[in-house]
Amino acid sequence: MNEELVFLLHRLIPALNEGLIMSVKLIVPSAVLGLFFGVVVGTCRAFGRGIIKPLANGYAALFRGTPLVIQLFILYFGLPGIGIYLEPYTAAVLGFTFCSAAYHSEYIRGGLLSIKQGQLLAAQALGFSTLKTLTTIIIPQAFRRALPGCGNEIVYLIKYSSLAYVITCFELTGKAKVVASESFRFSEVFLVVGLYYLVLVSVASWGLSRLENKLKIPGFGH
Amino acid sequence: MQTNAKTPLMRVHGISKSLGGREILKSISLNLYEGEMKVLIGPSGGGKSTLLQCMNYLIAPDRGHIELLGQHIDPGNHRELCLFRQQVGMIFQDFNLFDHLCALDNVSIALRKVRGMSKKQARERALSELDRVGLADKGHLYPAELSGGQKQRVSIARALAMDPKVMLLDEPTSALDPELVSEVLAVIRGLAQNGMTMIMATHQMGFTRSLADEVLFMQEGRIIEQGSPRVLLAEGSKTRTLDFCSQILDVEGGV
Repeated sequence: MNEELVFLLHRLIPALNEGLIMSVKLIVPSAVLGLFFGVVVGTCRAFGRGIIKPLANGYAALFRGTPLVIQLFILYFGLPGIGIYLEPYTAAVLGFTFCSAAYHSEYIRGGLLSIKQGQLLAAQALGFSTLKTLTTIIIPQAFRRALPGCGNEIVYLIKYSSLAYVITCFELTGKAKVVASESFRFSEVFLVVGLYYLVLVSVASWGLSRLENKLKIPGFGH
Repeated sequence: MQTNAKTPLMRVHGISKSLGGREILKSISLNLYEGEMKVLIGPSGGGKSTLLQCMNYLIAPDRGHIELLGQHIDPGNHRELCLFRQQVGMIFQDFNLFDHLCALDNVSIALRKVRGMSKKQARERALSELDRVGLADKGHLYPAELSGGQKQRVSIARALAMDPKVMLLDEPTSALDPELVSEVLAVIRGLAQNGMTMIMATHQMGFTRSLADEVLFMQEGRIIEQGSPRVLLAEGSKTRTLDFCSQILDVEGGV
């Protein structure tokens, strides 16, 4: 067998597949938790009363305003200074979740604010409680409006999950870097790893567009 | 005709409301008796819409209160307020249908989520209400696919499905193209003839003449004239109501 092929099949692909598993383990919980906290933060930013709204706005400003690498460094290298020690994996998931939630909150906030006020009045007039109005009237509409933006954020998350290796959590990019520096085959390794990300993103985009189609309603965006 | 000895179905007691430093409602009181149709007329900005929205506490009045069947409603009690609102149907000028639900679900959602009916029961009830407003075959369409007149009829079906004791109608035909007004008025006429208690803000004068039991003329937050349309709108009467009505163009046509 050709030497290149041996390297690819026996060295690179097994290493990247290991990294891929770690990447998926980082991405899936961060995407789910990030979306969940994003909805909470977005709702607080749109409708929060008293101190809640500025707090939620401050959170979004802080996490959107600082580089993710810095946030990860603080979580992993900074927190031990005050006695909190996080595993690399935990620190990465937390960092991704916080960052992702901040971006999601912006899309969710926009979705919530786009719901026509009259529909809230109609729901109240029919005897809907505040919570039921939120869950059956506002959120289903806001979610549809926010979905393209939130999908975009999930695509970003897939790519910035590659930053986990800077805090020693060896996912796709981390594994690739190890293989590359051991074999000095930088272009081959990073071309292949780029392909892995492209596939991940394509699968996510396909899933998101299927979801969008499934939720499609006449008169709701195009 | 009703006698004053009867308890009113709904009682509005000294409602006042200021918005943005302006007094919109100045101690309004009125009684709605069972089966009665009252019409609110008056220049825009006179407080008609605010009054109707105060009547089911969509706008909280600064002073005064509402009674339904002799029961004083406490708007501070969220549960009691929700129960009260279920008994008071409201129709809005711009329909306010739920954009993400088809016509059938617009009618059935409150039955399921507020009244706790099963999906099947709610569906059947919603279908019969859509049939009542002549839209039995349009249940699967979304608001964006309906004409203005159809939207308003769906919103009437949605309110009727809750078995309201009284209906508040806030200029239900004002946002409609002229050719669509009559289909909505026909539905409201049917309700009136079946004895639904209603109070409606409108500029439809022919409709008011033929169906209203009482006309309330509102201006600057006060009811300045009230009485039967035959008296207030009689030819040659010197009422403010007639004066106002002769100024507005009657676009009802044959209705």
